[in-house]
Amino acid sequence: MKLPSRILLGLFCLLVAVWLVAPTFVVVPMSFNEKKSLAFPPDGFSWQWYHNFFTNTDWSSSFFSSLKVATVTALVATVLGTLAAFGLDRMKSRASGVLRALLITPMVVPGVVLAVGIYAVYLDTHLVGTMTGFVLAHTMLAIPFVIIAVSASLEVFDRRLEVAATSLGASRLTAFRTVTLPLIAPGMLSGLLFAFVTSFDEIIVALFITSPYLKTLPVQIYSSITRDADPTVAAVGTILFLVTSLVIGAGLIIGSRQGRR
Amino acid sequence: MAGSDIAATGGRTASAPAAAGEPRRRLSGGPFWLVVPALLLLVAVLGLPLAMIVMRSFAEPRWGLQNYFWFFGTPVNLIVLQRTFVISAWVAVVCLVCGYPYAYVMTAVGPKLRLALILCVLVPFWVSGVVRTLAWVILLQDSGVINSVLRGLGLGSVRLIRTQTGVVIGMAQVLLPFMILPLYSVMKTIDLRLVQAARSLGASPARAFLQVYLPLSLPGVYAGAIIVFILALGFYITPALLGGPRSTMLSTLIQNQVLSLLNWGRGGAMGVVLLIATFVLLAIAAPLMRQPHRQGERR
Repeated sequence: MKLPSRILLGLFCLLVAVWLVAPTFVVVPMSFNEKKSLAFPPDGFSWQWYHNFFTNTDWSSSFFSSLKVATVTALVATVLGTLAAFGLDRMKSRASGVLRALLITPMVVPGVVLAVGIYAVYLDTHLVGTMTGFVLAHTMLAIPFVIIAVSASLEVFDRRLEVAATSLGASRLTAFRTVTLPLIAPGMLSGLLFAFVTSFDEIIVALFITSPYLKTLPVQIYSSITRDADPTVAAVGTILFLVTSLVIGAGLIIGSRQGRR
Repeated sequence: MAGSDIAATGGRTASAPAAAGEPRRRLSGGPFWLVVPALLLLVAVLGLPLAMIVMRSFAEPRWGLQNYFWFFGTPVNLIVLQRTFVISAWVAVVCLVCGYPYAYVMTAVGPKLRLALILCVLVPFWVSGVVRTLAWVILLQDSGVINSVLRGLGLGSVRLIRTQTGVVIGMAQVLLPFMILPLYSVMKTIDLRLVQAARSLGASPARAFLQVYLPLSLPGVYAGAIIVFILALGFYITPALLGGPRSTMLSTLIQNQVLSLLNWGRGGAMGVVLLIATFVLLAIAAPLMRQPHRQGERR
């Protein structure tokens, strides 16, 4: 390719990269705003919105609800998703293809349609605004990510290792625990993280099945944005971004160490 | 069931000889039971709710097709339906135009730069979706970043928030990774020597691209475009926060029917229309997307 067109292509990519990444950082300066507004550029400097996040019970209680829902969801989804990924891996190819497609449909069903349906069922079964209701819905939404992650590590897993272990006298359970599990653990871990994030970030179903007694963080953020220009949302966004960056950074470091081994 | 009976009666001595024959027996019936818990949950929290929507669309307030007649007989609904498709198509086009060169560059650069480019694609995933939309509100609003830059340059201001343009910009940024990743996974398998061969045989760069590279990358284009289009059809949060009354999409209308007007029948009918559109598109697109595998098999 000629030089000028290369430069043009490079510039274009740079622009796209900025477009992808930059909006994320806009919330950071807004979170230190002195005035209660989201207008740009922000005025002055203060920590008051961070203070508000940690002291205002609306914000802190929704944060802890989200944490609880997401933790339980991540655990349940990882167990169910790993079992399913194993089953699919060991099934006849046609049946597993159909089941796999079925199990990842939650990813493509339009959010609002799903949310309306779940709301209807929950109204009849008194699950609106309950922990169980949130966990059930979020687990269903998170299972596809676990299946995809665990399936990916099962694909490169050499099943002869398991056979070797059993032929050397290990019981199936021991073989699974000492051979299979450590080898697919990275897949399960990334499935767990994806499931956690899916639940922690889920908003559409949450908006429908929320109640004044159980509100998750995204619902609180959404209602804050629609109600008024409160920079607390920017502070929350900054905190969330920092925490996820740390978690993912740690995951990358652990992952690369394991890869080197 | 049978397995646990054997385990209960056979005890320790019987399990050792059974172990050799067991893996094969497990292969036939066993694995399905591992999938059952996930399937049950799927039926309860996905199957049942969708069935409920379909049923209510026919059954409320009374049995019949009245909700569908209402939907297709009301001009506003048809305008919103059309707009939903138009906005989704625009988002897919914007994503394709921005994503195609980006994915190509990802395949062409060295490993370090490639990692940086991949990270840029993945960063949006680890920022909360609602927070990302908030960022777009800050950027696009009349007193926002874009307008203050424009005013600073003496270019006046543009109205972006509560317009379709604003909605398309925000949605495209959210969905761009879903375009770039499939494009990249197809493009990295393309043998660039084919392009070189075309060039050495006298094809112009444009012709070599159009006749060799582009056709080989088409499965990625189809996959990315369809995924983005389908996800865009069901978007709710971004249009609700960035859009105005003139950029309402179908999801907002459904939410409005159910939560504000408590009209489950009409909301259900709209939901069924959106569901059918999604699955018809998926059915059309599935064979197009599967192409890279078939190519791999042929080789």
